[in-house]
Amino acid sequence: MELLQLIEKNGRLEVEDLAKMLDLSVDATKQMIVKLETEGAILGYATVINWSKVLKYEGVTAMIDVKVTPTRGVGFDKVAERIYRFPEVKAVYLMSGAYDLSVSVEGKTMMEISRFVSEKLSALDTVISTTTHFVLKKYKHDGVIFDDQDDDDKRIMVSP
Amino acid sequence: MRDQKHSYLSRSVDQLKPSGIRRFFDLASQMENVISLGVGEPDFVTPWNVIEASFHSLEQGYTAYTANAGLFELREEISKYLNKSYEVAYNPENQVIVTVGASQAIDIALRAIINPGEEVIVVEPGFVSYAPAVALAGGTPVTIQATAENAFNIQPYQIEAAITPNTKAIILCSPNNPTGAVLSKDELSGIASVIEKHDLLVISDEIYAELTYDEVFTSFASIKGMIDRTILISGFSKAFAMTGWRLGYAAGPKDIIAAMTKIHQYTIMCAPTMAQHGALEALRHGNDSVIQMKTSYRQRRNFVVKALNEMGLSCHSPGGAFYVFPSVENTGLSSEEFAEQLLHEERVAVVPGNVFGKSGEGHIRCSYATSLKQLDEAMKRMARFVERRL
Ligand SMILES: Cc1ncc(COP(=O)(O)O)c(C=O)c1O
Repeated sequence: MELLQLIEKNGRLEVEDLAKMLDLSVDATKQMIVKLETEGAILGYATVINWSKVLKYEGVTAMIDVKVTPTRGVGFDKVAERIYRFPEVKAVYLMSGAYDLSVSVEGKTMMEISRFVSEKLSALDTVISTTTHFVLKKYKHDGVIFDDQDDDDKRIMVSP
Repeated sequence: MRDQKHSYLSRSVDQLKPSGIRRFFDLASQMENVISLGVGEPDFVTPWNVIEASFHSLEQGYTAYTANAGLFELREEISKYLNKSYEVAYNPENQVIVTVGASQAIDIALRAIINPGEEVIVVEPGFVSYAPAVALAGGTPVTIQATAENAFNIQPYQIEAAITPNTKAIILCSPNNPTGAVLSKDELSGIASVIEKHDLLVISDEIYAELTYDEVFTSFASIKGMIDRTILISGFSKAFAMTGWRLGYAAGPKDIIAAMTKIHQYTIMCAPTMAQHGALEALRHGNDSVIQMKTSYRQRRNFVVKALNEMGLSCHSPGGAFYVFPSVENTGLSSEEFAEQLLHEERVAVVPGNVFGKSGEGHIRCSYATSLKQLDEAMKRMARFVERRL
């Protein structure tokens, strides 16, 4: 648990440092990581990027609320799969409330996303309706605050 | 101005030695690119819900004085919190006072109990303010030395040896600044017998109580027979990362709290109101944040203790607070030499152990309330420095 919490925050911690922090041997720590990877608890190691800081990068994110008719026998899973297989789809969640699936899509332009919605998503038989919201600005993503964070140490240098 | 012989200054102030910490602060502040392990406060910013609650209180117009002893609601929460966490029962009506940091609680506790010439036993290595606070209150500080052989836990016989007919009280601090040492329940019971036998009071500074990593914390006041002999001091600075809010508290016997409240009323009126509202939120909904910070401190402690031992500085793993107190004796340097040379050569600031008392000589205090990245870099720099000395 503690190991997972540490590497969820920083996937690049060295095994040696992790071992020291957790008061384990390096081998035991390595084994634990391999085990978690094999069990599928650790699915990958990603980097959080603030793309708006990258010159020349133009990108658009949209969150789409989708209402669907569940398929007999398999419920929402089949429909969700039809949607999440598209590579431009970054996240799909089954939701309680006013709509069924929340789909997050990334594209280069608004046009590209609207084409995805009209030609691919709405074209699915099971999709009843879609509502598309474009993201204007990301403030925080996956627990990381994006805007110029001032994380200066504000403490005095030496204190009792 | 009068000349030296006729200084306007009070003799008791004039005779106080300036703190050795101050000197290191001046040295380190003049340099660039210093990683400081010399900081006696959390690196975390106060939990957001606490900040938000304080904003809200200001928006609501809570900008006036509170009752002298502090908001009743807050005293009630403190009393519940102490009861739930450490099984000590205090009546919020007359046994709890909210103060300007634990610092002020210590000051008024001492002023409430000391008659001129009475002695207060102060354990070294210890927090730098105790002995000056005793002296300013008109008492005589009598220092005793906890030693590395006993993992810096003071032994009952050492206390007993320092007792005279003038002894009024002893100040205990567990978990300890600067050593991180935690007194176990058995050790506290041993001390309690001495206290009982000689009819003394204990000022128990438990400001690091929440930050214990290996054992459940025992409050001195929870030891049998000790609640009537203990002034329990604590606060929000450390566990809740609220040093700048200046909020602490004391709990104790009715007559002593009443006397402390009298001093408080005449000299401070009350602790800052917006901070009291923040503290209320901290006690009601701050536990998750405390646990998260505590987990992080424990991981960093493990990291630093391993790293120090690997580089050849002997360091036992302290049970609490956010300090380690390794020995630097095998480098052949004194505490001050070590700290000063380390600062100049590798730009890492630590505090020489001797500023915390005689028995701190040969040790340095490193605070691990610093990001892991900084700690990692600091340990690399220190390892280079130590390697050149061994
Ligand atoms: C042992 C000890 N007691 C008391 C204090 C003072 O705390 P406060 O900020 O509540 O005045 C400190 C702070 O460094 C401390 O280490």
